[in-house]
Amino acid sequence: MSTAALYMLTAMLLVISFRKDRKKTRQALKKAWKSFENILPQFLSILVLIGLMLAVLDRETITRLLGADSGAAGMAVAAAVGSVTLIPGFIAFPLAASLLSSGAGYGQTAMFLTTLMMVGLVTLPLETTFFGKRLAVMRNALAFVYAVVSSVVLGVIL
Amino acid sequence: MFLALFGVNVALVFLNPSIGRTALAITGDNVLEMLSFLPPIFVLLGLLDVWVDRETMMKYMGRGSGTRGMLLAFILGSAAAGPLYAAFPMAGVMMKKGASMLNVFIFIGAWSTTKIPLIMFETATLGFRFMALRLVFNLAGIFLIAFILEREVRRHPESLPEPRA
Repeated sequence: MSTAALYMLTAMLLVISFRKDRKKTRQALKKAWKSFENILPQFLSILVLIGLMLAVLDRETITRLLGADSGAAGMAVAAAVGSVTLIPGFIAFPLAASLLSSGAGYGQTAMFLTTLMMVGLVTLPLETTFFGKRLAVMRNALAFVYAVVSSVVLGVIL
Repeated sequence: MFLALFGVNVALVFLNPSIGRTALAITGDNVLEMLSFLPPIFVLLGLLDVWVDRETMMKYMGRGSGTRGMLLAFILGSAAAGPLYAAFPMAGVMMKKGASMLNVFIFIGAWSTTKIPLIMFETATLGFRFMALRLVFNLAGIFLIAFILEREVRRHPESLPEPRA
């Protein structure tokens, strides 16, 4: 649904841009293609890596690791798995829901989700090309610490 | 890098067919998904690059753009679609055009956790209480992390690479 909205918005802006200035619009499309072409190999590497990881860590394995009474160890596993992998939200949330219903704690689930979304070891090389090593590593480390603290608090509250 | 990884995957199909095939299938799905949301993102990126000049970007999102700049960065990030790695090229263009690093990192943070469709989806799958609590925590986290990173850039401006898009 959001993708459709994004396409509509983009098409609209593209039409407006084309009406205003054809040359600039062509230039924009050329730039779009060039950045896409530049980054595609990195994107593909990330996707192959994620594919390999998810093939090993399937739904059953993750549920077993983070399941009922996994406690602090479960928290640690959730953080580790969440930090390395990068799963789109539309897969992550149903997975998280099934984790909860199979007995995982709120803390483990929140940890898994938060690290999944904010921390990405797989995408670190890509991030480095834009922000430099120091900042990219720092951003991931800060997000990690943050995810741990907030998930523990959330686990205690809920 | 991509070829090496792909080679590993193909080798795995022969060594451990079940895992190798599953990995290929997952990668195939993900590539299709990626190709479905990337075109508009990159077209928007191109339009942004051509139409928004440096002065405009600096005025609205540069240093001294204050609360308005932060709010704009947050809204732009939350309105996005696609996983976090698609946000980096966009952040690259923003940096090139003179947006402040504080706003760039707020944009990245918002893209990673407060995307509106995802929040709705989270409420549906995990319940309102869980979503609301996580959202409150994440909001604090996004701004906190962005402030810390901005300070780091000011102390070590040399750590930032040449802007690229």
